[in-house]
Amino acid sequence: MKLVLDGAQQMLAKTAADFMTKNDAILRLRELREADDALGYSPLVWKEMADLGWTAIPFAEDDGGLGLGLAEVVLITEALGRGLAPEPYISAVVLAGSLFGQANDEQKAAWVEPTITGEKRVAVAYQESGSRYDLAHVETMASANGEGWELNGEKIQVIDGHLADGWIISSRSAGDAKDSSGITLFLVPADRQGVSSVRQSRVDSRNAAIVRLEGVKVGQGDVIGEVGGGLDTLTAAADRATVALCGEMLGGMNEALDRTVAYLNEREQFGVLIGTFQALKHRAAKMFIEKELSRSVVMAAARAVDSGDDDARLQVSNAKARCSDAYILITNEALQMHGGIGMTDEHDIGLFMKRARVAEMTFGDAAFHRNRFAEIQGY
Amino acid sequence: MSDLDNFREETRAWLEENVPPLMRGKAGEQEAFPGGGKRAVYRYPESKQWMEIAATRGWTAPAWPREYGGGGHSKEEALIIGEEIRRLGVPPPLSGFGTSMIGPTLLQYGTEEQRREHIPKICSGEIRWCQGYSEPNSGSDLASLQTSAVRDGDVYIINGQKIWTSGADQADWIFMLVRTDPSVKKQAGITFILVDMTSPGVQAKPIRLISGASPFCETFFENVSVPVANVIGDANSGWTVAKALLGHERSSIGGMGGGAQRAFLANLAKKHVGEEHGRIAEPALRDRVIQNEMDALSFGTTTKRHVDSLEAGNQPGPESSMFKYYGTELNMRREELMLSIRGPQALGWTGEGFENSELRQTRTWLRSRANSIEGGTSEIQLNIIAKRVLNLPD
Repeated sequence: MKLVLDGAQQMLAKTAADFMTKNDAILRLRELREADDALGYSPLVWKEMADLGWTAIPFAEDDGGLGLGLAEVVLITEALGRGLAPEPYISAVVLAGSLFGQANDEQKAAWVEPTITGEKRVAVAYQESGSRYDLAHVETMASANGEGWELNGEKIQVIDGHLADGWIISSRSAGDAKDSSGITLFLVPADRQGVSSVRQSRVDSRNAAIVRLEGVKVGQGDVIGEVGGGLDTLTAAADRATVALCGEMLGGMNEALDRTVAYLNEREQFGVLIGTFQALKHRAAKMFIEKELSRSVVMAAARAVDSGDDDARLQVSNAKARCSDAYILITNEALQMHGGIGMTDEHDIGLFMKRARVAEMTFGDAAFHRNRFAEIQGY
Repeated sequence: MSDLDNFREETRAWLEENVPPLMRGKAGEQEAFPGGGKRAVYRYPESKQWMEIAATRGWTAPAWPREYGGGGHSKEEALIIGEEIRRLGVPPPLSGFGTSMIGPTLLQYGTEEQRREHIPKICSGEIRWCQGYSEPNSGSDLASLQTSAVRDGDVYIINGQKIWTSGADQADWIFMLVRTDPSVKKQAGITFILVDMTSPGVQAKPIRLISGASPFCETFFENVSVPVANVIGDANSGWTVAKALLGHERSSIGGMGGGAQRAFLANLAKKHVGEEHGRIAEPALRDRVIQNEMDALSFGTTTKRHVDSLEAGNQPGPESSMFKYYGTELNMRREELMLSIRGPQALGWTGEGFENSELRQTRTWLRSRANSIEGGTSEIQLNIIAKRVLNLPD
């Protein structure tokens, strides 16, 4: 398991970087924010990303995908992260896409191809009020109803959840709120009676939503994976999405550091460049080191999951904890080193700091993953 | 089975059969590490046996060319040999400045004659080396060194004093930096030269440290005559050679942070503070253990990425400063954490009431405080990263 990019991966990374240079994502993010756009991303740019084949990367060749892995996915998300691109790659392609692996043939036929072409997208609704990072904390009820179930409950902060074409809902079909068994996943199309979404506005200006379920009728054909065994399926998909998110965070921290170093090389105070001050140099060097460590653990986690290593979950937690801490350190420091100008909305550096916080608290923060890292190893 | 798998099996079988049994499990005991040299005193005769038996296969320097006494192995094979030795808990067959620093430097900058003269004796463990860089007034600002070498026909006459020369009282040879031209910019007047420690006028005096040990010396040079043929590279180009060698040193000191056994700290903590529901009983201590284990895994992964990148044909950059900085800081945090875990049992100096492993770790902790000072302080490493990697202005 070599921690280097092969020729094809280098090409992919370059294509992604070039595309992001051509399409100023931060400008797009700002425009969408100012217009209070309901979708929060550009369907046109999303289609272009699909045309480049990015949305096909992690899907099996039999399903019309490229049959590649997270090692390739993180190259895309890193480029997206550099530009703070608001397009729904991680939610639709990696998180929902991974769950499609457990879908039945009819569900696959209905959703996989439209996801790859960028025509439709599914959001995964797993978070509830008070559940924090515990995927087993599910109070949305799936009550038995004839041959099927009826769903009632509310999901919050569903990533790219507003105006999705369908939602995968974690629900409780048996047991108590935090039990690990008794969780069932359902894929609910947006036109199903009783399901609705409301856009939530979060600090990073990206799309998130509350998804409400009021007497939504679902049947066996809507189940993803096993009835009552949804937690393992969801955890595995979330782990994959976590690695993809770590790639995005890596891109963000690289960009924030580059911009900061550039600023240290241009801003003058006391008649000299502020980059000559050792108090700033040493901190910039530490940011560089944290960024390099982050790159290593993201590459390792992606490859560990791709090859099904025994310690894959350990590597995922190591990567997410490190990237969370590093992205926050780097963006906090970046803002401090920019001084007053960094506090203005007009300057971009604050956008990275806001995104760092959202990314940290998505799929478990550093403390959550440190604890998981220890529990996996029995201490 | 791949060739490398076969190689691993053969290596494992050979080690099982040939490593002196007493060396098993001695990897944690510095005194058991063979260092070589004519003046070596071994706590265990088996250390010397282990070094000599490994040298017959070139395994004291597995990746060096066979013609100089190395093993002629590929990097992958050399890694496997190291892994299998560690797996048995056996110390490396030879450690010290010969294999880690002057050897690689001679391979890079030495003439054919110099290589044939010195490298085989490094590999066999016959000659032990020490390093003469720092001086009383030249620490972090190494290039300001004053020890002089004045040319007199076929020899240089060396006068001056070095400090922090590790193991100078046991070394057979020293590689050192001397000032051969005081009239130019400080970096441009330095020469890298090899000196026989038995030359008349060389004297080494051990310095007692806070750990109670005396691993370092002050070394004095009074009219020491050294052949001009002992210069490595060209006269006055010693700074270039020294920087390359410092790269080896930084990787080697930094490397100590990454090779630790996984969950070692966790088990130690469970032993000392107990466990509740399978967790280390003290939550604050548990958090520190987790952070340290994660940092070690991340650092080890970064070292691997660096090696993989070099093997893929990429050029090494100034990253060695990153490895030196992070590896040493990590190791020091680890040593401090082990003190916290042991609690009052970490306070012993000698004698009754303390286990040997406890006494040893207390000394190791004190020794580790030098990690962020030797080989270029942590602050110097950060300066180097800021300047050479981030291109920040002077």
